[in-house]
Amino acid sequence: MLNRDPRASEISQDRFEPRIVAFFCNWCTYLAADLAGTSRLKYAPNIRVVRLMCSGRVDPQFVLDAFAHGADGVFIGGCHPGDCHYQEGNYKALRRYRLLKRVLKDMGIEEERFRLEWISAAEADRVRSAINQMVEKVRELGPLNLQVKDAPKASTEEVCV
Amino acid sequence: MIPCKPKVAFYWCASCGGCEEAVVDLAEAILDVVAKVDIVFWPVAMDFKRKDIESMAAGSITATFLNGSIRTSEQEEMAHLLRSKSQLLVALGSCSHLGGIPGLANLFDRTSILREVYIQPPSTVNTGGTLPQAHYQDNGHSLELPVFHETVRSLDQVVDVDYYIPGCPPTPKTFAAALQTLLSHQLPEKGSVLAPDCALCDECPRKDTKPEKPVFSEFKRPQQMLVDEQKCLLAQGFLCMGPATRAGCEALCVRGNMPCTGCYGPTSRVRDQGAKILSCLAALLESKDEQEIDRVLGTIPDPVGTFYRYALPGSLLRRKKLDGVPQAPLAPR
Repeated sequence: MLNRDPRASEISQDRFEPRIVAFFCNWCTYLAADLAGTSRLKYAPNIRVVRLMCSGRVDPQFVLDAFAHGADGVFIGGCHPGDCHYQEGNYKALRRYRLLKRVLKDMGIEEERFRLEWISAAEADRVRSAINQMVEKVRELGPLNLQVKDAPKASTEEVCV
Repeated sequence: MIPCKPKVAFYWCASCGGCEEAVVDLAEAILDVVAKVDIVFWPVAMDFKRKDIESMAAGSITATFLNGSIRTSEQEEMAHLLRSKSQLLVALGSCSHLGGIPGLANLFDRTSILREVYIQPPSTVNTGGTLPQAHYQDNGHSLELPVFHETVRSLDQVVDVDYYIPGCPPTPKTFAAALQTLLSHQLPEKGSVLAPDCALCDECPRKDTKPEKPVFSEFKRPQQMLVDEQKCLLAQGFLCMGPATRAGCEALCVRGNMPCTGCYGPTSRVRDQGAKILSCLAALLESKDEQEIDRVLGTIPDPVGTFYRYALPGSLLRRKKLDGVPQAPLAPR
């Protein structure tokens, strides 16, 4: 389960604050996020970054697990096409992303909740704008609410076979 | 004195009866089974009633083999009843293991399913739009029917399960081997799936023709071209679930020239079978161009129905998100 953010006090209590899980590639997007930090660029505090060696390491299970455990959105950041440290990893990420997006749509999860961006180590500003855009979009969509502990039994009554 | 034989029960919930068939398909070997155990409950084949089970002491059944997923309140009650009377509860077949084919109903909600069945068929005249009711009163008579749940669940999402026997249906060989294991005095770890823990490709007769890295520029379907009877189906461009499916069936479908559809479920190292085959196949695409990637992936017309054919309720997401309706609990398995 995704716990409340320790920075919750900084987050407004009045509006819905999405929880977004971000998988960043060690060689580019994570460095870009790092650069954004050292450059004092301010972006929405709604993302939880998981650093992976490559966007190709993002197992679709990670994405589904994040949604199933309370994430309102999932963001994958990888190297630009042709720049992958491991040659092909980002292309694999792209193909999985395209197919997983269709699966998520069929499962009733809005497309905008799942996003893939190519962000190089130099593009700190792009980290900021992409994250801010996504947080705004997901905020508009509202909570995904897949994680509900006790579904009331009443929802299963009155009709039968 | 007559030696006390282990008591065994069979029951079915939301299923087609194929798993019962798998038990009968033991053929002569079923006589060996009957010699070793007492069957105390088997509604499909023998005349025992629910009250017979209710009158038993808790834990007096050695093992219950329950097939079928859970979608009605009656099935849920029976699962709880049999659990309390049994020392071991074994989920038999894909439906009780992971949700199975009935689990694909989780792509819809209850209302649309009932409408599709009771109101919309062209052969149905139901002008009043009557749907089945859990309670019905007429002329002083009252009728009770089981409640139809919104979500189909695997057995372990309803009660505690000790072992799983996979397959749609489990092959007689898988079932016999599992029974042998359970009758032995060395029980495997609780929660085990009683089948080999490796991918189907490992026991596939076409294994040697599998390229190290099959490459896809299109996903073909078996009716679209003549299938080479020797060559790996992935190498021929067919969507075969073998790499993400547990072994144990001896590649029955592949021997019959049909790609594996994944009924034995994932191996112990995989949590979500559909995600894993998606990951595997997408990575093997040839193209690096987004439009071309979409075109190739478009040759898989129904990804959820294909990748999760037997495992939707047992998957990470379990069901399609319902709008405005409280979700089924998504607690970890």
